[in-house]
Amino acid sequence: MTAMITASDLNVIFGKGADRVHAVRDVSFSVTEGTTFSLVGESGSGKSTVLRALSGLNPDWRGALTVAGKALTPRRDKAFYKLVQMVFQDPYGSLHPRHTVDRILMEPLAIHGLSDPDRRIEQVLEEVGLGPQFRFRYPHQLSGGQRQRVAIGRALILEPRILLLDEPTSALDVSVQAEVLNLLQRLKAERGLTYILVSHDLSVVAHMCDELAVMNHGAVVEAMDVGLLKSHQPNHPYTRQLMTASLGYDRAAIDRFEDFGLSE
Amino acid sequence: MSDTPLLTVEDLKVDFPTRKGLVQAVRGISFSLGREKLGIVGESGSGKSMTGRSILRLVSAPGQVSARRLEFDGIELQSLSESQMREIRGQRISMVMQDPKFSLNPVMRVGEQIAEAYRVHQNVPQDEAKRRALDMLRAVRIRDPERVYRAFPHEVSGGMGQRIMIAMMLIPDPDLLIADEPTSALDVTVQLQVLAILDDLVSQRGMGLIFISHDLSLVASFCDRVVIMYAGRVMEICDAKNLSAARHPYTRGLLNCLPKIDGDGSDLPVLRRDPEWLEHGL
Amino acid sequence: MSSETQSPETTGLRAWLLSSSPASRGQARVGRAYVGWLAFRSNHLAMLGLGIVLLLIILAIFAPVIAPYDPNAQVLADRLQFFSAQHWFGTDELGRDIFSRIVHGSRLTLYIVVLVAIIAAPIGLAVGTTAGYLGGWTDTVLMRMTDIFLAFPKLVLALALVAALGPGIENAIIAIAVTSWPPYARIARAETITIRNSDFISAVRLQGAGRMRIIWSHIVPLCTSSLIVRVTLDMAGIILIAAGLGFLGLGAQPPLPEWGAMISSGRKVLPTYWWVATVPGVAIFIVSLGFNLLGDGLRDVLDPKTGGQG
Repeated sequence: MTAMITASDLNVIFGKGADRVHAVRDVSFSVTEGTTFSLVGESGSGKSTVLRALSGLNPDWRGALTVAGKALTPRRDKAFYKLVQMVFQDPYGSLHPRHTVDRILMEPLAIHGLSDPDRRIEQVLEEVGLGPQFRFRYPHQLSGGQRQRVAIGRALILEPRILLLDEPTSALDVSVQAEVLNLLQRLKAERGLTYILVSHDLSVVAHMCDELAVMNHGAVVEAMDVGLLKSHQPNHPYTRQLMTASLGYDRAAIDRFEDFGLSE
Repeated sequence: MSDTPLLTVEDLKVDFPTRKGLVQAVRGISFSLGREKLGIVGESGSGKSMTGRSILRLVSAPGQVSARRLEFDGIELQSLSESQMREIRGQRISMVMQDPKFSLNPVMRVGEQIAEAYRVHQNVPQDEAKRRALDMLRAVRIRDPERVYRAFPHEVSGGMGQRIMIAMMLIPDPDLLIADEPTSALDVTVQLQVLAILDDLVSQRGMGLIFISHDLSLVASFCDRVVIMYAGRVMEICDAKNLSAARHPYTRGLLNCLPKIDGDGSDLPVLRRDPEWLEHGL
Repeated sequence: MSSETQSPETTGLRAWLLSSSPASRGQARVGRAYVGWLAFRSNHLAMLGLGIVLLLIILAIFAPVIAPYDPNAQVLADRLQFFSAQHWFGTDELGRDIFSRIVHGSRLTLYIVVLVAIIAAPIGLAVGTTAGYLGGWTDTVLMRMTDIFLAFPKLVLALALVAALGPGIENAIIAIAVTSWPPYARIARAETITIRNSDFISAVRLQGAGRMRIIWSHIVPLCTSSLIVRVTLDMAGIILIAAGLGFLGLGAQPPLPEWGAMISSGRKVLPTYWWVATVPGVAIFIVSLGFNLLGDGLRDVLDPKTGGQG
């Protein structure tokens, strides 16, 4: 098994002087091809920032990132985008409001000059479980789950090997979440994709991933195999607290919650 | 405390006329509430928020609310004038919304807003109101109430903002609090801490609480009773303790499609929606 | 929301237009326009505005057919006549039929308005979206340039330009266009900055799209609607500036029947023969009002911020 993605000593710092925020601190991980790796944490933990650095949306990072054996630079070429695609959290904000589904799916094909766009669009719509009747609709004519399927289709149409998933189901109803998670699992199996999943929801993470890293205040507090999480045996107290919280409301447990501040 | 319920809702309907015809957001639902924590759970579009808003007559035009009975503590809410309704709102029934940043006035110090909320209903001098506001901030477990009193809404975090909202809504000492997804925008640990505060205040003061949420497992562990809504109808009302034994296929479907931490990672059961559910509610 | 009760009237063309699953790009586009039209149609004042603007366009197209006289034919014997069956709006100090001059003047008004819009709006759009999307020093340079133009009152700058270029209708149009684009650039930049960081722009960046592609096919379409609204609302102002320049003798030159110039020449006889200046004044007023009402209606339909269809 080869490492598809690696990060070593990744640091991201925003702003200068008093506004300086050290958003990601010395994060290192490695993702095996064909597996799902999760970054888990609460808001401000830096998990999405790692994803944005990896995707090329945020060029201000230091450290070393590699994808498919090649070191990444802050600026990426077209070949990179054909290899790595991303699905965003908010299905209401990630589709252009004035473009039809057809136009949204056509855009990546046009950018990369791929042949036979009609066939590719019909095929990808089929694959994400939307029929041809959705092809000429505008996003406002779609439900949240349908929009997220379009967003997944848009990411897949370039036939990438890696999908970066930024809280792909947190804006969806639970019944729709189940459908989208099943879709992602099926696509991964069919295409041998490698996923990085960013989420705050431990049960989604446990369901989807093979390995995970728990982040707090920009640093990884614990990296583990998913088996440890499934057997409710994480080592770090922060992870244990997250796990207790995700099991539901328990008045007595809440009084034992600690504030895990910066470890510096 | 008496046996008569605090709030009785019978055959509540909310309709929206649109260009494509009438949209029925709530289609004749009934429930009652004592001095307890009642959860209303549903997916988006189930009409759960509209139910909460229609009790306080906060459904904006062109929405039309009608009900056979909408009785709060012996008062038929539908018979009240707009000014009588204003008396009820805030003083006897309060509402906490999802995003505190939109509910707080951005150019007014948060403490002054809480004191103001108190003075609207109680004719008391300013320092008395301030003292009460500080007490209330302490009650929602804010460590440095004097500092937070002087802060502006943009200077506080999400969890703090939601505690401030709760302080503001509870300072007139209402009998009923309607909380519409009050913690959905917060991190899970902060969410539970805010709920614990709400829980303690509700039980200390003997209030009724309507907790509107999309999160079935949270509601099941937090509330006393749960109303499950789908497409504007009530599918099932059951005790939260017994939710795992719920019988309605919709409730079962919702429970089953949640991924579990100790699940085996196989495909999640997908909710099959039965058109029958649209026709028959409780 | 929950399920909808479909009204039975949806048949034929209407059903095709309102179809929720169009079968082609064309149908999707036309259907969207139709929904916009339905929203626009329900606004009565906007329809009045549209009616006025359409009337202006019809007048301009068919001016030679509609006008009973040659607008420049002088019949000195019939000077300064009041309204009559022969001369609906009377005659001016040179015995020209005022109605015919108004009708022909609509061509000039439309000519000015359309040309200014065609020149100023694209410049503003290009400058604003480029500055807003690229940011950094490009933004600084472009917006400081815009500020310089904005620092002068519009009419004063237009006057200076016309004075330098020489009087005449073409120069007036250039002067008005040059002074009108900066507010459009400001609007387009503000819109672009709010759009720039949205997920759908990030998504297209992650597909490998270049800057020009992002600006042109993803940002510009979202800025145009608010710009169209703003330009329509500005039409009234443009007509007034054109009339003002005409009035000062710096715009259209005699004997062209430009409405501002007509007021100017009628001014001399205003106390006794009030209609000579008043009739073109009323025409300017009605057309300005029409554009304003139309702009307000368009805002309700097009502007994503005030509801409408996003």
